[in-house]
Amino acid sequence: MKKKQNIFVKNKKFTVYLILALAIILVAVLAPQIAPYDPSESVLTDALKAPGEGHLFGTDKLGRDLFSRVIYGTRASLPATFALVGSIFLVGSALGIIAGYFGGWIDAVIMRIADMMVAFPGMVLAIAIAGILGPSITNAVIAIGLVSWTKYARMARSLVLKIKHDDYIEAARVTGSKTGHILTRYLLPTVVPTLIITASTDIGGMMLELAGLSFLGFGARPPIPEWGLMLSEGRSYMQNAPWVMIFPGLAILIVVTVFNLLGDSLRDVLDPRDEE
Amino acid sequence: MNTKKLGKRFLQILIILIGISFLSFLLIFISPGDPVTSMYASTGMMPSEEVINETREELGLNRIFIEQYSTWLWNCLHGDFGNSFSMHKPVAELLLSRLLPTIQLSLLSLVIMLAVSVPFGVLAAVYKEKPIDHLVRGISFFGVSMPNFWVGLLLLYVAALKLRLVPTVSTEGGFKQLILPALTLAFAMSAKYTRQVRTAVLEELNQDYVTGARARGLSERTILWRHVFPNALLPLVTMLGLSLGSLLGGTAVVEVIFGYQGLGNLAVTAITAMDYPLVQGFVLWIALIYMAVNLVVDISYEFLDPRIREKR
Repeated sequence: MKKKQNIFVKNKKFTVYLILALAIILVAVLAPQIAPYDPSESVLTDALKAPGEGHLFGTDKLGRDLFSRVIYGTRASLPATFALVGSIFLVGSALGIIAGYFGGWIDAVIMRIADMMVAFPGMVLAIAIAGILGPSITNAVIAIGLVSWTKYARMARSLVLKIKHDDYIEAARVTGSKTGHILTRYLLPTVVPTLIITASTDIGGMMLELAGLSFLGFGARPPIPEWGLMLSEGRSYMQNAPWVMIFPGLAILIVVTVFNLLGDSLRDVLDPRDEE
Repeated sequence: MNTKKLGKRFLQILIILIGISFLSFLLIFISPGDPVTSMYASTGMMPSEEVINETREELGLNRIFIEQYSTWLWNCLHGDFGNSFSMHKPVAELLLSRLLPTIQLSLLSLVIMLAVSVPFGVLAAVYKEKPIDHLVRGISFFGVSMPNFWVGLLLLYVAALKLRLVPTVSTEGGFKQLILPALTLAFAMSAKYTRQVRTAVLEELNQDYVTGARARGLSERTILWRHVFPNALLPLVTMLGLSLGSLLGGTAVVEVIFGYQGLGNLAVTAITAMDYPLVQGFVLWIALIYMAVNLVVDISYEFLDPRIREKR
């Protein structure tokens, strides 16, 4: 317990960003309590009201309270982003470790597929996949996941290759440790920290890509209060009701900034060698 | 790059192209939508079952997957990318007509990006840990976190709607139409590159030859621009190549916002209309362009860095 406290006291920056990130997650959890209105309740007579009394951020084209929708937007963006980053982290790392440790044809197959993905602008393929699968948040996650796991696979593979022939691994193998034991007890602990850093710095970017797909109409569908979708809905009313595109964008900016800062500071905590 | 390496590289490109096109073909094949229904829906007709089946037969959509794919591939190799379902024009013609606008947009945004990130990156590196460095880094941090479609909308709002400097959606070509999308694209990239330039220059400033040059009494300016800068530029060339490649395909969001008639916009339209030949053609083209750009970057590396040439 004492040691844990030290980590947080020593890395003040990290602690501050962690608290901010937790606060954002708390907003998502407590959305029904925070939001003054039902996010999908439309009062057409109140359509496109300017920010002011009653509606802090104004209302959208259907008279829905924008503040409530922005608050509920955390519920669309955060779980999707975490699921996305979590799954590419798990799948990519696992495939990379397997490719690196076993080598041979397994390595060749996995890495050639990864090469194929890298040799291609990711967002284009993601748009194509999401468009073909049909618009939904789940499909957007699948689409971006399919083109993003390769980064983790490459990284995990090169990390494993670096330590594969270290004495302690060889010793474990010679003394008859089972492959599974070597992988989970010796390889994983050395490889995982770097991958976690990558995953945490990836959260912000992935959130932007998901919002981008929703903006294009290949992600969340109405009436889900998703920030990218809200921006695209607000686009046509920009001239008379700029607030419909200002607040959702601001929400994305704040959340992405916090998670980017958190990722950067986590890197400083886990990897003190890197000063940048 | 010698012939053997080049040959290997071309083989690799060929395999990747076939893989990518196969993957997208497979995805289209298993996707739930029906292109024929959406094709008729776009014209407002409600055809009978019979007509739909006839059209499917005509377009070869009733044949088994492998047959469809190999026919398509065979035709591609002969320069025939098929006809667009929704626009009833050859795919190659459609793609070609959109290629130039996207190239113009990509190049202009790269130029703007370099004009911003090189001076600021160098400035931040030279005055490391000084106020100007913190300022530049702070702004670039925000830049990375801004969604580019939001930047685009804000620019549109301020420059076109409030200040009326440029038309909101312009159909006539020219610089005015290019500038807002290019600025939007340049915005996020500048943030990223400013950091890269800073890191690269800092790294070079720590090299022994800089100390040597200082000892020889060269002025700081000479050291920076004649010695450090050319060396720091090298890693940026690779990044520039990658950026150009992904720009050519990745401008979709920005093109849609500004109604810019480029490749990305076409792709979004094609996907929405389930125009499979067009999507297929687009994916193949982008892959080809992207890999060609990367190849050129790798080759140009040898001209820029004599060390690589000699190592061979």
